Amino acid sequence: MRRVPFVLVFIAGALASGYGAAGVRPPQEERRPAQAAPGARIQVPPPPFSDGIFPCSECHNKDMPPNRTRRELTDMHVDIVLKHDETHRWCLDCHDADNRDQLHLASGEGVPFSESYRLCGQCHGEKYRDWRAGVHGRRVGQWNGQKEYLLCAHCHNPHEPRFRALEPKPAPRRPSRSTGVRSH
Amino acid sequence: MGDTMSSDTPHPVTRRQFASCTAAAAAGFLLTACGPRRLREVPKARLRSMLDDLEREYSKTYGKAVTVSDTPAADGVVFAYALDISRCIGCRRCVYACVDENNQSRDPQVHWIRVLSMDKERGIDFAHADAYYDAKEVPQDGHFYVPVACQQCRNPPCTKVCPVGATWAEKDGIVVIDYDWCIGCRCCMAACPYGARHFNWSDAGIPNEQVNPAMHYLGNRPRPRGVVEKCTFCIQRVRKGRYPACVEACPVGARKFGNLLDPESEIRYIIEHKRVLVLKEELNTMPKFFYFYGT
Ligand code: SF4
Ligand code: SF4
Repeated sequence: MRRVPFVLVFIAGALASGYGAAGVRPPQEERRPAQAAPGARIQVPPPPFSDGIFPCSECHNKDMPPNRTRRELTDMHVDIVLKHDETHRWCLDCHDADNRDQLHLASGEGVPFSESYRLCGQCHGEKYRDWRAGVHGRRVGQWNGQKEYLLCAHCHNPHEPRFRALEPKPAPRRPSRSTGVRSH
Repeated sequence: MGDTMSSDTPHPVTRRQFASCTAAAAAGFLLTACGPRRLREVPKARLRSMLDDLEREYSKTYGKAVTVSDTPAADGVVFAYALDISRCIGCRRCVYACVDENNQSRDPQVHWIRVLSMDKERGIDFAHADAYYDAKEVPQDGHFYVPVACQQCRNPPCTKVCPVGATWAEKDGIVVIDYDWCIGCRCCMAACPYGARHFNWSDAGIPNEQVNPAMHYLGNRPRPRGVVEKCTFCIQRVRKGRYPACVEACPVGARKFGNLLDPESEIRYIIEHKRVLVLKEELNTMPKFFYFYGT
């Protein structure tokens, strides 16, 4: 009888891997899409800087020592409206004062603008997880291969992240007798 | 069923329709018995040489190098689509990206995707949906949007009623139409509960410079007058590994696409992690087009 040993091996295997009942799938949390392995870099297009604003260190160089006091900006960047939990944060909570050409996480670890999703993901964990899985946000490329993800900042202005309303494309023409298409 | 989902599909089957469907069935029987062969029965080499002829013909007509691909379904792939109803803002970018990609007739207008505006208060309710909404800006207060195209049913009523067998589901799940075999009887349009099929009342009026030259013989090659057409998940793109055009066009990323058999795909992630529904589930059409709530 060959079958008995096979069944035993199967049950033993199931027990060893921590699942009591036979045929149990690993819990969903463990089944992440491969391309979303934590920490893996994700291919993104260049971050959406306003014209001529980057690198920040062109202006924020050693002649301009950082002023870490929270305040309303009056000389520069006055066009930036902060509507993103503004009661609790301001520029230097995300922008790095020591290296102006990057951002920083809550831990202080520096993050390039091309990986800003790690910064956003600190607060928006659920969206971040969906984004990594390709379910939140836009992607272009191959369904079974190379894909390019857009950064959070490509669709949401990080200072004012609410998605802007758009003008819709024209409504379809109503079917009419003359086109032969019945309307009802 | 509301008029918005079937505005070009007369729904109650009339006596006349029944008669013409029956006549069509008889004609179909004759054709099948002694006529030329359907594309799906043509040997591969013969098909390729037919498509070479088509390429030459189209290239001449449209004044550019047209390719007509015959890429077959791949093993281990069944395509599925998912659309995030909580994200779609009803901007109709997908509709026009589809028209451009798939060489849909501009005049008379054919749209494979219809974006339905619905009342938040009513929920999904086709009887009160509006495909003709006009607004300065979307989303409009109190509304949400449900774009509808072919649902690529696993149990498709449309293929069953075709009297000549001109429409069928491919191995990768894409329901296709043989435009050379379709007799234009429109039985499938009456059978489709989603208003997904469209009839060509005249030859496609597409300016040469707008013709998309990357074609597939079961997909976006220009349809002649008198045949039915519908969404093919962009067969000319997806069989080459690319995303459908609407996926890439959607500005809010509401559209997701992938291989239902691949446990690592976006589609499977959505089915396993999100609230998912299909339209008119009670009809047992078993769509491979899923709607979900991403938030
Ligand atoms: S949605 Fe309509 S056209 Fe598409 S497969 Fe289902 S019945 Fe056929
Ligand atoms: S492009 Fe996206 S947001 Fe716009 S109508 Fe289509 S699915 Fe909805």
